[in-house]
Amino acid sequence: MSTVTTVEPEASARPSNAPAGEWVVKIWRGDANGGSFVDYRVPVQEGEVVLDVVHRIQASQANDLAVRWNCKAGKCGSCSAEIDGKPRLMCMTRMENFTPGVPLTVTPMKTFPIIKDLATDVSFNYEVAQRVPSLKIADPGPDGVRRMFQVDVDRIQEYRKCIECFLCQDVCHVIRDHEDNKRYFAGPRFFLRYAEMSMHPLNTEDVRTMAKEDGGIGFCNITKCCTEVCPESIKITDNAIIPMKERVVDRHYDPIAWLGRKIARRH
Amino acid sequence: MATDYETYEFDVIVIGAGGAGLRAAIESMSEGASTAVITKSLLGKAHTVMAEGGIAASMGNVYPEDNWKVHFRDTMRGGKMLNNWRMAQLHAQEAPDRVLELEEWGAVFDRTADGRISQRDFGGHRYARLAHVGDRTGLEMIRTLQQRSVAMGLTVFAECTILRLLHNEDGSIAGAMGYWRASGSFVVFKAKAVVLATGGIGRSWKVTSNSWECTGDGHALAAWAGADLIDMEFVQFHPTGMVWPVSVKGLLVTEGVRGDGGTLRNSQGERFMFNYIPEMFKSETADTEEEADRWYTDKKGARRTPDLLPRDEVARAINSEVKAGRGTPHGGVYLDIFSRRDPDYIRRRLPSMYHQFKELAGVDITREPMEIAPTCHYFMGGVRVNPETQASTVPGLFACGEAAGGMHGSNRLGGNSLSDLVVFGRRAGLGASEYASSAKAPVVSGGQLSSIASEGEAPLSRNGGENPFDVLHDLQDSMHSLVGIIRTEAELAEALEKLSEFDERAAKASAAPSRQYNTGWHHALDLRCQLTVTRCVAMAARARKESRGGHTRDDFPGPDKEHFGKINLVCRYRDGEVTVTEEPLPQMPAELATLFEETPK
Repeated sequence: MSTVTTVEPEASARPSNAPAGEWVVKIWRGDANGGSFVDYRVPVQEGEVVLDVVHRIQASQANDLAVRWNCKAGKCGSCSAEIDGKPRLMCMTRMENFTPGVPLTVTPMKTFPIIKDLATDVSFNYEVAQRVPSLKIADPGPDGVRRMFQVDVDRIQEYRKCIECFLCQDVCHVIRDHEDNKRYFAGPRFFLRYAEMSMHPLNTEDVRTMAKEDGGIGFCNITKCCTEVCPESIKITDNAIIPMKERVVDRHYDPIAWLGRKIARRH
Repeated sequence: MATDYETYEFDVIVIGAGGAGLRAAIESMSEGASTAVITKSLLGKAHTVMAEGGIAASMGNVYPEDNWKVHFRDTMRGGKMLNNWRMAQLHAQEAPDRVLELEEWGAVFDRTADGRISQRDFGGHRYARLAHVGDRTGLEMIRTLQQRSVAMGLTVFAECTILRLLHNEDGSIAGAMGYWRASGSFVVFKAKAVVLATGGIGRSWKVTSNSWECTGDGHALAAWAGADLIDMEFVQFHPTGMVWPVSVKGLLVTEGVRGDGGTLRNSQGERFMFNYIPEMFKSETADTEEEADRWYTDKKGARRTPDLLPRDEVARAINSEVKAGRGTPHGGVYLDIFSRRDPDYIRRRLPSMYHQFKELAGVDITREPMEIAPTCHYFMGGVRVNPETQASTVPGLFACGEAAGGMHGSNRLGGNSLSDLVVFGRRAGLGASEYASSAKAPVVSGGQLSSIASEGEAPLSRNGGENPFDVLHDLQDSMHSLVGIIRTEAELAEALEKLSEFDERAAKASAAPSRQYNTGWHHALDLRCQLTVTRCVAMAARARKESRGGHTRDDFPGPDKEHFGKINLVCRYRDGEVTVTEEPLPQMPAELATLFEETPK
């Protein structure tokens, strides 16, 4: 079971309250063969996020430090890491969430193999993505328009906010602590995909068996760790996994539906 | 020796995995060409995810009066008539089909009350025309294209940087050579055709909305391979970037804020855009606050708000207000939506902006104004291409998206980038696969590979040279202060001298010796592209002695219709030198020209 507790209380402090001055940041440096923490003393300016500080270390003290980033605005999901042990985006984690004088630790995501320093091999997620079916959408109506109503797409638009930072995959104890399970378990990010297809108003394919058998959605025991770390605040467990589990149960375990299918098949 | 390098062979390789690259790859695969995409980042992280407001297409879902001719006219006027007319025409005609195709592939756009794709107002567009998903349209687009191409079995080489293009003996393209960012080892991609879809160049400016990837790789690779670049003087500064805290300076604030009712004010509370309506747009822009506010709901009875003039106009106006001492404490102006729309509406229409300001600046945009200032955002210049096929002037080399030039003239309208990506991404995929179907197998001489390898390895073997990050930061400072929104002869001359210094410094920069995921080494290599591209920008900017769109000369403040209004500047790279040549702008046929004679209400 993961030890993640909660995301931090909402940062309401203004940048002007931010802790400026020199900090000690401990970054895990190493590769697949092993590594250790290296301490960096680094100035911090008001309003900065962890990624700013890591970049300052990289530019001034450790040019060869490996760290992924792109948008620096919480939109691309590249700069995932564990900050003081919690899975977060470095670009959306402000320094004033931490106590000045206490060393801050930055480590790579634990669930994925190390490439170097803060960069991990997240190819597991791209392999799972190849197994997820693509949407087969219904043809347009007689007037040539595919009509969908906002109220019917609100929920799948929530799923589609996913930025593929893979923090939910990182924190999910089904694969975080059990490498073997990766073969059977797609993980929370991809349960969003199954749920999205299942709830798309114009979807034509029943993906429930795929969610159960290819995705392994049954392994999830709804501890909500994924929801807690989601930087997009997607209610992964309540709004996607649980409804999807219910749909899978309806398909595979509902005795009345089972009987109905039996009878239907006879005729 | 060629055989020493890891080697792959395809009919078509696409460099870049943003909207244009993925759309090109989908089309190329559909045509039966073996296709691969090469990207510097992981799949799905390209800069397209940062696009916020929407994708422009005259579907007429909200205003049935809209059609491709109106969109074409808006685009050309936004580009101050310097656009390649044929690209602007194809773009306006094909954008609606490309949007519907995205929906078919799984994109879930916001809806109108009758269940169609909703469309929002944006700068320079006469009608509400941008299909959107809140303010995260780019993410929706890239995810849709990513999922589509993965389902088609696309081969993706992620975290791979291309160093140079390869050529056959006759000068045609034979592929590309690069390195894996993770391991640092070299890799060769032989291909009959190469599509450049590498995006922009903003990383060479200090205040930018662009990511580390936007180093102009495609522009530089094309130039080194002998291709023509056009319109390199035109850099778009988006009017609204965040200014505070310093950490997020330059981060984009979508034009959708103004499209959805936000207005710009100076420190005196004045809606200053009314003082900056240029002659060209006077007849169709509101001149009172009452009319401007009424326009949001009454497009026929009122003229559009000056808050939604094209980006070049708004960016210059903000710049002038700040210079005149009417700026905010952090050197911007105010963007106010909180006093004009209710909090629920703001959170629903602009969820990312709400989140971004709340989390990064501690500002609640439903209760207080945003502070904003211009940020280097988009590059109109690019590889000169055939409008139909996106073929460059080098056989086998194609370009699309931000890496290609011509489509947007001297200034791009908001929303026309995402549509550009899919319209011309598709055309580039078609053009490249068709070219590949009759091209002979590539033959790369071993000499090319070994010389690229030594160029690539050089920063690793130098000892005690300068830190590549320092050269990068100085380049950004210099471009920002000398080749920014407002330019002068003296500053451009100084910028070119500085660039020569940076060339020397970059040539001596050294990286730590490890090849493994070594960011310093990567930056040292990216600098080669940045220095070639910024030189083209500064030289073209010096040669265009007028002000137009994303190129404003303090010493030549007006447009020069008779001369510079009729030419493109073409940059070429030959024997290590950049040249700039004036060439006539293609003229549109008479039936299109008549669209610019009428004066619409």
